[in-house]
Amino acid sequence: MKMLRSFIPDTLLIALAVGAFFAFPYDLAFLTRIVIMMIFVLSIDLILGLGGIVTLGQAAMYGTGAYAAGLFAVHVSNDPLLGLLAGMAAGAVIALMSGLLLMRAGGLTLIMLSIAVAQVLAEIANRARDWTGGADGMRGIRMGPILGQWRFDFIGQTGYIYCVVVLFVVLFALKGLKASPLGLMARGIHESPARMRAIGAPVYQRRLILYTIGGAIAGIAGALAAQITQLVSLEVFSFTLSAEAVIMLILGGAGRLYGAILGVLIFMVVHHLAASVDPINWLFLIGLMVLLVVFFLPKGLLSLPPALQRLIGGAR
Amino acid sequence: MTTLLSILVDGIAYGMILFMISVGLSVTMGLMRVINLAHGGFALIGGALAHALVTHGVNYWAGMGLAVLGTMLIALPMERGLYARIYRMGELQQVLATIGIAFMIIATVNYTLGSTLLPIPTPEGLRGSLDLGFRTLPYHRVAVIVAGLLVTLFLYLLIERTRFGIRLRAAVDHRATAATLGINTGRIFALTFMLGAGLAALGGILGAELLPIEAYYPLRYMVLFLVVVAVGGMGSITGSFVAALGLGTLDTASRYLAPEYGTIVFFVTMAVLLTLRPQGLLGKGRA
Repeated sequence: MKMLRSFIPDTLLIALAVGAFFAFPYDLAFLTRIVIMMIFVLSIDLILGLGGIVTLGQAAMYGTGAYAAGLFAVHVSNDPLLGLLAGMAAGAVIALMSGLLLMRAGGLTLIMLSIAVAQVLAEIANRARDWTGGADGMRGIRMGPILGQWRFDFIGQTGYIYCVVVLFVVLFALKGLKASPLGLMARGIHESPARMRAIGAPVYQRRLILYTIGGAIAGIAGALAAQITQLVSLEVFSFTLSAEAVIMLILGGAGRLYGAILGVLIFMVVHHLAASVDPINWLFLIGLMVLLVVFFLPKGLLSLPPALQRLIGGAR
Repeated sequence: MTTLLSILVDGIAYGMILFMISVGLSVTMGLMRVINLAHGGFALIGGALAHALVTHGVNYWAGMGLAVLGTMLIALPMERGLYARIYRMGELQQVLATIGIAFMIIATVNYTLGSTLLPIPTPEGLRGSLDLGFRTLPYHRVAVIVAGLLVTLFLYLLIERTRFGIRLRAAVDHRATAATLGINTGRIFALTFMLGAGLAALGGILGAELLPIEAYYPLRYMVLFLVVVAVGGMGSITGSFVAALGLGTLDTASRYLAPEYGTIVFFVTMAVLLTLRPQGLLGKGRA
């Protein structure tokens, strides 16, 4: 019974994904963007929510995955799944390489170094004009059918289903990882690195593994974005992307996977609606939203129901 | 030789601007242990106020003074209302809350003045060049360097020679002990924050030719200011000074000599420095 209950959120999520597919047939491009962003924010939830590693440079892995998938499609093969693997591998390699340095640092130093990694990669992509198209962006990505069966169609039905399937694969993999010894150790390191070190846990190495897995998932998200939009621009490395993704995570609630999903959904929908009404003051609204959540709901919107319950329960 | 001199003059002027804007950030970070990503917002507020005043016919110098004062008056209620609560939060919450504040400042400036460049017309006296015989120096650069040196002198006297400075240093070293000795740390925080915001505004106005004022200023240059603080070491004024001048000169030099790789050189240098000294050049040993 308990086993079954733990699948309620997933069932709801599947129902939501299917329902959205039929309810908004003309907004599939936007819905696909939301799904890709969910995968990206899940990668941050893994390292930040679970492992307690605060960075502002996750876009480094997202962008690398996007460029890797784009280059792979142009020069090697237009098979989407192989391209996804290429993006994932590229994200993992960048995370591992930068992680060797980053995971030794903490606090402001870690934040600054993670921002620097993304900035340096952006600059490299900007300079390697022959490969990446520089500031004009990388064009000419043409994807083949998925598994040789399903072609990407004009209104984006295939793309949406493809991304939703990848989202669920990532989500279930992360649920498994969270319950694994590595996941439990990561939680311990989040709570107190010193104590984990005292009981013999290899803190640095575990943080590095976690960061690398997070990088692989961010690489998947970037690869999906490149394949769906068939364009990669320098924006994939932008600081704003990293910062907004962290904001979305905190909005929903860090460390619980579903918080990432909820946060992205709310942020992107509010953004979509507010930006169509008034593109400038949207930024004010998001700033206010962040402040309110940080001040009044530090555990994110997922903690709103229990908080209300306590409030009502306490009044009795 | 001429190139070398140009690099030095431009680099030092640029470094002085970075120092003026970052020093408040460094001190507030060292003092309150808050990672403030909205600090560039005060430079923007100062620059925007100066733009509004000077384009409406106020004298440049008077406009600058009023803008700095105005920024400090805006900073005070923000410190008391928002930041005083942010100090107690965790690292991640601080980062997010201050990004939120930066967004709100950007949106407000964007709403009132638009998203175009906000130039601050420089007065006649700053436009020409100083003729040294073998080469000329733009007055503006000279003024920036002199202002930077004056600010450094002022801060040195304030921190080393006044009662406020003694209390400030005590609070930076150990806040709880300072509080038990009867130092009103809350007031020190507020005054320091105001001072930092005022200096950021001054740097923003004087540096408008190098770092143009526009609504997205706080985000565009946020990383730059934070790098100075991280490299210099949080809470260290001397560290900020050394880091700002060093990074300013390095950045200018790489722009002159290897413009292709400017950004990469800048960030790689920062990464190497932070790897060797995670607490910054002159950091206090705890982040």
